[in-house]
Amino acid sequence: MKYVDSTQVQKKMGSRLMANNLAKTLFFLSTLFGLLVLVVLIYRVLKDGLPWIDIDFLMNRLSTDPERAGIWGAITGTLWLMVVVAPVTMLLGIGTAIYLEEYATKGRISSFIKTNISNLAGVPSVVFGILGLTVFARTLDLGSVVLAGGLTMALLVLPVVVVASQEAIRAVPQFLREASYGMGATKWQTIKNVVLPAALPGILTGVILALSRAIGETAPLVVIGIPALLIPIPDGIFDKFTILPVQIYYWTIDSALVAEYANLAAATIVILLLVLFVMNSIAILIRNKFQKRY
Amino acid sequence: MSVVTDKSNASVKDTQNSAKEDTKKVVYETKDLNLWYGEGHALKNINLAINENEVTAIIGPSGCGKSTYIKTLNRMVELVPTVKISGEILYRGRNILEKSYQVEDLRTSVGMVFQKPNPFPKSIYDNIAYGPKIHGIRDKKILDEIVEKSLRGAAIWDDVKDRLNQNAYGLSGGQQQRVCIARALAIEPDVILMDEPTSALDPISTLKVEELVQELKKDYSIIIVTHNMQQAARISDKTAFFLNGEVIEFAETDKIFSNPSDKRTEDYITGRFG
Repeated sequence: MKYVDSTQVQKKMGSRLMANNLAKTLFFLSTLFGLLVLVVLIYRVLKDGLPWIDIDFLMNRLSTDPERAGIWGAITGTLWLMVVVAPVTMLLGIGTAIYLEEYATKGRISSFIKTNISNLAGVPSVVFGILGLTVFARTLDLGSVVLAGGLTMALLVLPVVVVASQEAIRAVPQFLREASYGMGATKWQTIKNVVLPAALPGILTGVILALSRAIGETAPLVVIGIPALLIPIPDGIFDKFTILPVQIYYWTIDSALVAEYANLAAATIVILLLVLFVMNSIAILIRNKFQKRY
Repeated sequence: MSVVTDKSNASVKDTQNSAKEDTKKVVYETKDLNLWYGEGHALKNINLAINENEVTAIIGPSGCGKSTYIKTLNRMVELVPTVKISGEILYRGRNILEKSYQVEDLRTSVGMVFQKPNPFPKSIYDNIAYGPKIHGIRDKKILDEIVEKSLRGAAIWDDVKDRLNQNAYGLSGGQQQRVCIARALAIEPDVILMDEPTSALDPISTLKVEELVQELKKDYSIIIVTHNMQQAARISDKTAFFLNGEVIEFAETDKIFSNPSDKRTEDYITGRFG
């Protein structure tokens, strides 16, 4: 007498296979849904925006006249913003990660800090905008300039860099640290010569992803008070500025007044998506190139 | 007259020499060492005196504390956060467990070779030059000399002299381990600790490392943990047998392997357990 009765198994085989196929179809449809939405979105943006993109659109200043308006101001504004965000997040983010992973004694306090850094990543960006407005723009009296916006954005994306750097540092094999300590190296010498070079690809990936998030954020800068129509091109970190997503936001709002503004917004979206696509590709390339060599 | 004086001088020298043979200098002296990992009592009342220019082997079954002991000698064991230590370890007469003893100082005099070859993902040259560089040597000429001398010392110079700038990960496991030994020699240590240095190597590489150990003992004091009893018998002068965190027996290697005084030592070396 066998426990597994083959006639019983045969009887149920049909419904089992059906359930399997049903599950497969359902999961395929969920995937398809996301893909379809993305395709529709990109199609619409390209249809509205592509005809408006030319060298004048990229190199012109902002204007109320849709035929003459360009996004050179928003592009330079974005670059200046990066000049502030990149060094600040890298210094603070990598520094924090090194401290937490290498120096801090593992215990309640360090795990409390780690949990809160993860929580910080979940704070809505508009809240960071309010922080930036009260601290940098008003209390420090910077006004709505690149420096104030950059510091706000840096705080916003800091958790991303901290968490990515922590993971990269943790992935460095312990035996490399032991080899260095075994020769009388101090902790800092070991970090500088062994841990950081090995963790660098992971850290860079995190930094690039953080920067691409900063490029795409709108809310905090709107709260800080970026002007809706800024004609001059920013020249440094103490100038007023605008960035691509904020420009998209204002043009979309004003498209009720001038219909062509919607096309300008779509054209700007194409440029923004292109920039983000390139940055994310670089991050993926770095990750793949330096993956696991031990 | 003069002939007589010469003779008496010679005889004095002879007695001095033989006296030196009998009383070798102690380099490490462990007194009542106890060590805990959290609640686990890993080392119990260890008392050992290790001589200069000898190979001291530490044998015993897995989990007997032999690796823990050797890692205590350069305080590498402190990388485990829950560790607690009591007792004294005198290195050249100074207690290294005192808070005032700089570990960086200690580890400059006491080099270590690990179980698994662990070169840095850098060139062979940079691997060897790493130690001297962290101790402040910047002169390229001096570094070149140290690299060659260390690689020769580890009997790997001829294998790698034409590819010093290639990544050390391109070498075979046995070559990597000899590069790691060269790396330890580059800081010109006094003692070399070896934690099962051949356990990840093939028999031929193992033989080369063993020959190397014999060669190195002229200039260094070597303490080697090994899982392989034949290895201990082949290369060491003294052997300590560890069991459950205690030293069961410590004596001349010949005596341990031919005429052990403890029943448990005999059981272990004849393969009845472990």
